[in-house]
Amino acid sequence: MSRPHRAGVSRALNVFGPFIGLILVIAIFALIPEVQGRFLRGANFKSVATQSVIVALGALGMTLVIIGGGIDLSAASNIALASVITAYAVNAGAPPVVALLLGVLTGGLVGLVNGRLVTSLRLVPFIVTMGMMGIARGAAKWIAGNQKIDAPMTWINDLMAKSPRPSWLLLAPGVWIVILFAVAMAVLLKHTVFGRHIFAVGSSEATARLSGIRTNGVKMAVYAVSGLFCGLSGVMEFSRLTVGDPTVAVGLELDIIAAVVIGGGSLNGGEGSILGTMVGVLIMSFLRNGCTMMGWPNYIQEIIIGAIIIVAVTLDRLRHRTA
Amino acid sequence: MNPSAAVTPVLRMTGVSKSFGATRALDGVSFELARGEVHALIGENGAGKSTMMKVLSGAIAPDAGLMEIDGRPYAPAGPGDGLRCGVSMIYQELNLAPHLTVEENIMLGREVHAAGWLDRRAMRDKVREVLELVRHPEISPDVRVDRLSVGAKQLVEIARALINRSRILVMDEPTSSLTQEDSQRLFEIIRGLRGQDVSVIYISHFLEEIQRVADSYTVLRDGRSVGSGTMEGTPLDDIIQLMVGQKFTELFPRVDHEIGGELLRLDCLRGPRMAGPVSLTLSRGEILGIAGLIGSGRTEMLRALFGLDEVEGGTVVVSGETLRGRGPRSRIRRGLGLLSEDRQGEGLAIALPIADNMTLSHLKPYRRHGLLSPARERRAVAEWIGRLKIKAKGPGQKVGDLSGGNQQKVALARLLHQKADVLLLDEPTRGIDVVSKSQIYEWIGGLAREGKAVLFVSSYLPELLGICDRIAVFHRGVLVDARPTEAWDAAGLMAAATVGRAVRETPTEQRNAE
Repeated sequence: MSRPHRAGVSRALNVFGPFIGLILVIAIFALIPEVQGRFLRGANFKSVATQSVIVALGALGMTLVIIGGGIDLSAASNIALASVITAYAVNAGAPPVVALLLGVLTGGLVGLVNGRLVTSLRLVPFIVTMGMMGIARGAAKWIAGNQKIDAPMTWINDLMAKSPRPSWLLLAPGVWIVILFAVAMAVLLKHTVFGRHIFAVGSSEATARLSGIRTNGVKMAVYAVSGLFCGLSGVMEFSRLTVGDPTVAVGLELDIIAAVVIGGGSLNGGEGSILGTMVGVLIMSFLRNGCTMMGWPNYIQEIIIGAIIIVAVTLDRLRHRTA
Repeated sequence: MNPSAAVTPVLRMTGVSKSFGATRALDGVSFELARGEVHALIGENGAGKSTMMKVLSGAIAPDAGLMEIDGRPYAPAGPGDGLRCGVSMIYQELNLAPHLTVEENIMLGREVHAAGWLDRRAMRDKVREVLELVRHPEISPDVRVDRLSVGAKQLVEIARALINRSRILVMDEPTSSLTQEDSQRLFEIIRGLRGQDVSVIYISHFLEEIQRVADSYTVLRDGRSVGSGTMEGTPLDDIIQLMVGQKFTELFPRVDHEIGGELLRLDCLRGPRMAGPVSLTLSRGEILGIAGLIGSGRTEMLRALFGLDEVEGGTVVVSGETLRGRGPRSRIRRGLGLLSEDRQGEGLAIALPIADNMTLSHLKPYRRHGLLSPARERRAVAEWIGRLKIKAKGPGQKVGDLSGGNQQKVALARLLHQKADVLLLDEPTRGIDVVSKSQIYEWIGGLAREGKAVLFVSSYLPELLGICDRIAVFHRGVLVDARPTEAWDAAGLMAAATVGRAVRETPTEQRNAE
């Protein structure tokens, strides 16, 4: 095969790869007669979108971290912690806005500590965030007294409502929040100096340093942003469950990372996109949704999603070889 | 020398050739190694020494030529074959498993066992015996190798070679990371090996060292063996002359430039990886060449100067002002720019587009209200691509897809783009094609004409002589001499870099003949 041709193929894979996967998944379920009718309905798409919110928010931050050459294993624990904090605040009678902000800021704080440890201790991000995974989960259980925190209903609980209150919204407010932040992050990555620096640090930290970029500052910021998104995701988790549950979202960090990777993010850093990540999130949500409709047991879903991750990473490797 | 040894050499290589693409790395090399001798292999960087040793070890197959060990044909299919035939390599980067003990390393792959059960007693005896042979019985077989000094690690490597019953030991720059004291001990051991009927091929850039340890020498130049003989009675001058040869002076586009006032001064600059303090001055419009062997401290000085390594002492003065900030960011602000010697690892983010690489250090012109304007950036980068004659599809192409010469131009363009006044260029022409080289020389001359100051570090002497106004030489961490280029010739530079002093008055005819 000639070089330019291969380069063309790899570019096509880069741009359309995730979309091909998404269309394939939707097409497969749309062709199965047993589920066709229910699967292809607007209401179903709406609920898939709502179910995607929590992973999607976590994945927005994770995309930045992974492009910057890092990883955040504490994402799911951070989500649980933020949901507990939010519930705690609502329960204690704080105005919902304050509760929401507290949840988000808690996430941001955890992210900031991650970034601080990664940069000042010069530890591998995998280790630091794995440690933080335990710490945040433990803190969540501690604050919640090892049980669920009940809280009175507020407008926070409407954020994840399947049928949004003003019906002209069409989608749950949480979905709109995801779309809003996804656009913001895509612009940040492509059109700001900060975004450019994230790519540079992830692609070659030595080059970034040589070019006068404060590499430690970039990394700190990236983990902090990731933490903030986990915090917001935690608020959504609380909104969905109406209680603060410290044992929620166990293992969800792997779904979040998988979404980024399926969407073209490279664990070696320097590559990835918000659009790709969002498609990755949808692929997994539609798979879950379709499998559930088929009445397939949970373990089948797990096997399929596991296989999809391996296929996606193989594609990632192929892209690198042709590049 | 032992007369019988001269009759049947341990190793004979005849007409060995090897090409990589269009480059002829080895061009009919012949080589003879006598039994029990220490034979120095000498040559500039890129003369073909490593390729020759890779052929010998079996790591690469030659295109043509014959090799014989003890008069029997020797054609190794891989490094394992070479080892079985008694050829052991000791590389600069040592090949030991750091978590294993001295004994485990020495016996690795040669374990004494009965049906898979290790016979520790027998192995311990063997290890003790071999440590005795290298005259260091005090090294404990139970110590983990990562706890040992570099010198001791080297001993373990040698011991391993002896256990393998190696007859030919290749040592590639063994003293480059050793202290003087450790080097002394190593020389003693090497001399001791002669009694063990082991022949040593000794590769080093340090000629004085070679003079002390080797019995005979062979000089390689441009992939050919250009001379060999016994070390005794051969003056170093002759060897140096063989190394540099009658080098034709390449065409170096000479751009007239005027030297102005002082722009950069280092006063006793010290860094964590520098052997000693370095002082130098550099004026506007001046090209100062820095010669010296790889590892002599040139890169380490640049890194401290540019703030990539911490400055531990001394001062850096730019336009009369002492720099106070730390880190590359503050240096860039004060008009410094560094071109890294490691183009792929540090100089460029290989996976990113040309545009991103070029503008990385200076994105300000493309930012408005916090947002970057890709259109304006692309236009500016396209202009640079044209001005530096970079062969590329456009600003969006990945840097990794470009040829070496064009990659280097992108890295250089970044310095121009950030408007650096003092350019620190570390091996700017290494591994790039002749046309790009010549363009880069011209470009450097043009910068000097604009009044910028250039610090030009290179291992390639002709280019230093061709374009620099003054040349200084690094030898083992010490900046030896800064003289006008007219006062140098290739042999003089080589002598200063390898011996640390000029071995003779440097004649000026050669340059004048230009």
